[in-house]
Amino acid sequence: MRVMVMVKATKDSEAGIMPSTELLEAMGRYNEELVNAGVMLAGDGLHPSAKGKRVAFDGPGRTVIDGPFAETRELVAGFWIWEVKDMAEAVEWVKRCPNPMMGPSEIEIRPLFEAADFGDAMTPEVAERQDRLREKLADR
Amino acid sequence: MAASETHQAIETVFRIERARLIAGLARMVRDVGQAEELAQDALVIALSEWPKTGVPNNPGAWLMAAAKRRAIDGFRRNEMLARKHAEIGRDLEDEGAVGVEDIEATMDDEIGDELLSLMFTACHPVLSTEALVALTLRLIGGLTTDEIARAFLSNEATIAQRIVRAKRTLGASGLAFETPRAKAREARLASVLEVIFLVFNEGYFATAGEDLIRPALCAEAQRLGRILVRLAPDEPEVFGLLALMEIQASRLASRTAADGAPIPLTEQNRARWDQMLIRRGLAALERAEALGGADGPYALQAALAACHARARRAEDTDWKRMAALYDRLSGVMPSPVVDLNRAVAYSMAFGPEAGLVLVDRIEAAALRSYAPLPAAKGDFLFRAGRLAEAREQFERAAGFSRNAREKAFLLGRAAECGG
Repeated sequence: MRVMVMVKATKDSEAGIMPSTELLEAMGRYNEELVNAGVMLAGDGLHPSAKGKRVAFDGPGRTVIDGPFAETRELVAGFWIWEVKDMAEAVEWVKRCPNPMMGPSEIEIRPLFEAADFGDAMTPEVAERQDRLREKLADR
Repeated sequence: MAASETHQAIETVFRIERARLIAGLARMVRDVGQAEELAQDALVIALSEWPKTGVPNNPGAWLMAAAKRRAIDGFRRNEMLARKHAEIGRDLEDEGAVGVEDIEATMDDEIGDELLSLMFTACHPVLSTEALVALTLRLIGGLTTDEIARAFLSNEATIAQRIVRAKRTLGASGLAFETPRAKAREARLASVLEVIFLVFNEGYFATAGEDLIRPALCAEAQRLGRILVRLAPDEPEVFGLLALMEIQASRLASRTAADGAPIPLTEQNRARWDQMLIRRGLAALERAEALGGADGPYALQAALAACHARARRAEDTDWKRMAALYDRLSGVMPSPVVDLNRAVAYSMAFGPEAGLVLVDRIEAAALRSYAPLPAAKGDFLFRAGRLAEAREQFERAAGFSRNAREKAFLLGRAAECGG
């Protein structure tokens, strides 16, 4: 199964305080371990929400909201995509992660939908459009 | 933490650590069978200790230390035995015997490429292919004998026996547990790749039985491939194999209909192809090519798979490129199956007649009772409008098929021909 592992934001990460060399090194070693085990498929860190935007939907209405966003605990500061045998394995791997923040912090694990989970609602046309979008994102 | 939760955590930790644990121990005791037993001992110790003390922060190191203590105890016992025997006048002092000091020195060695060594050992050509596959899945994949037995439609006793015998053969042949160099390394690496691909294929297309695919075996083979590219980062074919597996696996969800019937590649819902695996596969293929391995058999097969993966719609497939790739593949890996696939590519690139010309050349040689051959020929004839002949070929193909789903599919195509 595939999971997304999300490092939750903290006041420090939202303030744009960069991790120390020690933490970067520890994270590097951890990432290497994940890759060596064939578990890690993708992963990256995110800039603070001050650099983000939100688009709110209400019927036909679209409102763009500039960051930073208020509810820090619900924000994401980084993510991985892992391929693991089950949730228990994902939990064990997360436990090995160095504390990603300087203070108390939280990491959340969520199983991914696979394309197959959508059944026939995912038509080739819908998927093609999604794929084109992904390609555009990758080109940036 | 509740006891059952601790147990689950221990089992999961063990699953994660198992291969490295065995690899490290095997280098120390020079016997994979004994290494596996020591690892198992460490698990038993953890199961009694951790519910009281909690799972340690570095469980891998803890397990390794426990196993090594066991190993040293064993050596000490053996040494004492040897002394006693010597005392009563028997010369049992084996010149190859290893002292405790040596063991402790080995323990402190930098953890190097034990896992690669273990893969090389598990894939040693002195063993039969079946034994190689079973041993690799057991030692590196951590599958239980029952899981392996189910994957290969065998019974547990047979698989267990096969593994025991394989370990004994390895022990008896006195193999040095190390990574071979130069030419030997190349040959052994080829053997490792072959075993991984066998595992993948067994998952991707079961040779018999009701289930067409066993995705768990594919996932395990991909994981082994991902590990291997880290262990051997300069070997283009390792990347070629990984690319091939990732791209093939991207289609797992779309290969069968809801009722389990196989769906041919050109008719699959490409929306369900896993784009993340495709991207990973294309990246691995690029790496293989950058390392100068564009003409390796796995890289070429991956390049072929990539032709399908890149086509958003079946009709966008670059069949001319595929025909050219098959020309190169049949040069480096001559095989009737490659020739058959080449004929299919030619039929798509240049028309059914081109396919028929090539397929008729194969028929004279091999593949007498190989279902895909008459199936392909039937398809060429069908597209050329020669329905009666096509029907005959589809029926022949159905007669050869050992897979219930495939058989039903072929009979369906025969029925399409009318008559």
